[in-house]
Amino acid sequence: MNLFAVRAIYRFEMARTGRTLLQSIVSPVISTVLYFVVFGAAIGSRIQEVGGIGYGSFIVPGLIMLSLLTQSVSNASFGIYFPRFTGTIYELLSAPVSYLEIVVSYVGAAATKSIVLGLIILATASLFVPLHIDHPLWMVAFLVLTAVTFSLLGFIIGIWADGFEKLQIVPLLIVTPLTFLGGSFYSIDMLPPFWQKVTLFNPVVYLVSGFRWSFYGLADVSVPVSLGMTLVFLLVFMAIVAWIFRTGYRLKT
Amino acid sequence: MAPVISIRGLSKTYASGFRALADVDLDIRRSEILALLGPNGAGKTTLISIVCGIVTPTSGTVTVDGHDILRDYRAARAMIGLVPQELTTDAFETPRNALTFSRGLFGKPADPAHIEKVLRELSLWEKRDQRIMTLSGGMKRRLLIGKALAHEPRILFLDEPTAGVDVELRQDMWRLVRELRAGGVTIILTTHYIDEAEEMADRIGVINHGSLMLVEDKVELMRKLGRKQLTLQLQDRLAVVPPALARYPLELAKDGHELTYTYDAASSASGIPALLDDLDRAGIRIRDLQTSQSSLEEIFVSLVSERG
Ligand SMILES: Nc1ncnc2c1ncn2[C@@H]1O[C@H](COP(=O)(O)OP(=O)(O)OP(=O)(O)O)[C@@H](O)[C@H]1O
Ligand SMILES: [Mg+2]
Repeated sequence: MNLFAVRAIYRFEMARTGRTLLQSIVSPVISTVLYFVVFGAAIGSRIQEVGGIGYGSFIVPGLIMLSLLTQSVSNASFGIYFPRFTGTIYELLSAPVSYLEIVVSYVGAAATKSIVLGLIILATASLFVPLHIDHPLWMVAFLVLTAVTFSLLGFIIGIWADGFEKLQIVPLLIVTPLTFLGGSFYSIDMLPPFWQKVTLFNPVVYLVSGFRWSFYGLADVSVPVSLGMTLVFLLVFMAIVAWIFRTGYRLKT
Repeated sequence: MAPVISIRGLSKTYASGFRALADVDLDIRRSEILALLGPNGAGKTTLISIVCGIVTPTSGTVTVDGHDILRDYRAARAMIGLVPQELTTDAFETPRNALTFSRGLFGKPADPAHIEKVLRELSLWEKRDQRIMTLSGGMKRRLLIGKALAHEPRILFLDEPTAGVDVELRQDMWRLVRELRAGGVTIILTTHYIDEAEEMADRIGVINHGSLMLVEDKVELMRKLGRKQLTLQLQDRLAVVPPALARYPLELAKDGHELTYTYDAASSASGIPALLDDLDRAGIRIRDLQTSQSSLEEIFVSLVSERG
């Protein structure tokens, strides 16, 4: 294991976050505050409690998930796409590093960023609404697992993309809609029965449900199913990354 | 001594179907300076990129100090530093951080003293904490050299290191290359400035259309393929070469005031003494004479155009 390389890449990526602090941390926090103002305070006051939890508190796990998913994908995809775009990837390809080390360092850095972000949003939320976390260890587990899983997805997108539009398109057209429709802002049993069934095809439902359960003990789907589905995504993305490296897809000519 | 890099039957066909390298065999000797010459698109960068792990070979093998570049890529790559042809840098980084990153990436523990030494050698120390985008083109080129040297490689690839570099800097660069070689580093460089190859290289390889046409000791190459020319300034103008001298490859120049005689630099007998005797017998008197030898550039041009 070339630990020096893993550390070098990880540090490089974290330094990049430092330089783009405004974009990486501040803007998601601001948009979260706006969600609270709109959904929590303005509209939320007219919505009844969900499962005994005030609406403002209810949406916190969903809001964190929303940021976690979009930021994991965009951080990781940008992190690997940019060196491909500028050509500096030559150094990575010529270095004595294994594919595993490349993935661990890029995905690790992207996941770290979004986990920190998730915690910042959690802290911000606690200023607005009462919060309690029933299962803190599970909360952290879901947070980390989701961040890693979707950073892997971002990594895949960053390798697949051959232009900046493609880099934006997956988060914009797939991740954000799925998150909004995945029960971030409502409980699935608020939906008509038909849509409840349809929603179960949305992978994000399982992530949000499990995460919310770790806060309030409320779940739309059973917790083992949530955990299992998250692990399935993780494995699928890992398999795709393994294939990318085995074939050199879009990395080597 | 075993070659430090051994290339056997190396071919590369790009996805487009273009065959950029065709069955290249090449042994690179330990701590030599090898210059690869060839016209644009000959396959020089492709060859370097394969050895460095950036391009996957279609067939053939490469070993670096006995390590196969595919099976034993870690050991092979750890020995190599690469300065690419394109100026690609991280615009927002600083030179110091960029070199520290490169060293770590190649698996070496941090060594600020070494980074400082490299930056100083390349006259980049003053700029160490400035953003790379504020450096000039020549400074960026030096920065790339610094990144390649950050992990103390035993083999250094320089893909057109002097493109766009001013004269003084070029001298500095060659001084550095010589120092590295003196320290046992093997250097492979490509260049379009043939005088540079002539001055720097121990051996010269010529690539054209993806094939290695020759690899030869520089002195040997000049001796074998070089032509020598004897120029005779005549006392009196000569209208035609007399028939008695027809067996010599003589040409009249300067309106009959000069005779030039071209001969093979490799052959042991130049034939000059006999020529001088025959000239004397034909009553042609000589005012002065010079010999000249063709440059590597002329050799190169004739090689590439002849067999291209
Ligand atoms: N990724 C690629 N896909 C298809 N063809 C390529 C690719 N890269 C290079 N080539 C082709 O392979 C040939 C050799 O290119 P290469 O870059 O090795 O040449 P070179 O000798 O380094 O030339 P130069 O002196 O211009 O740098 C060229 O015809 C080039 O167009
Ligand atoms: Mg080239």
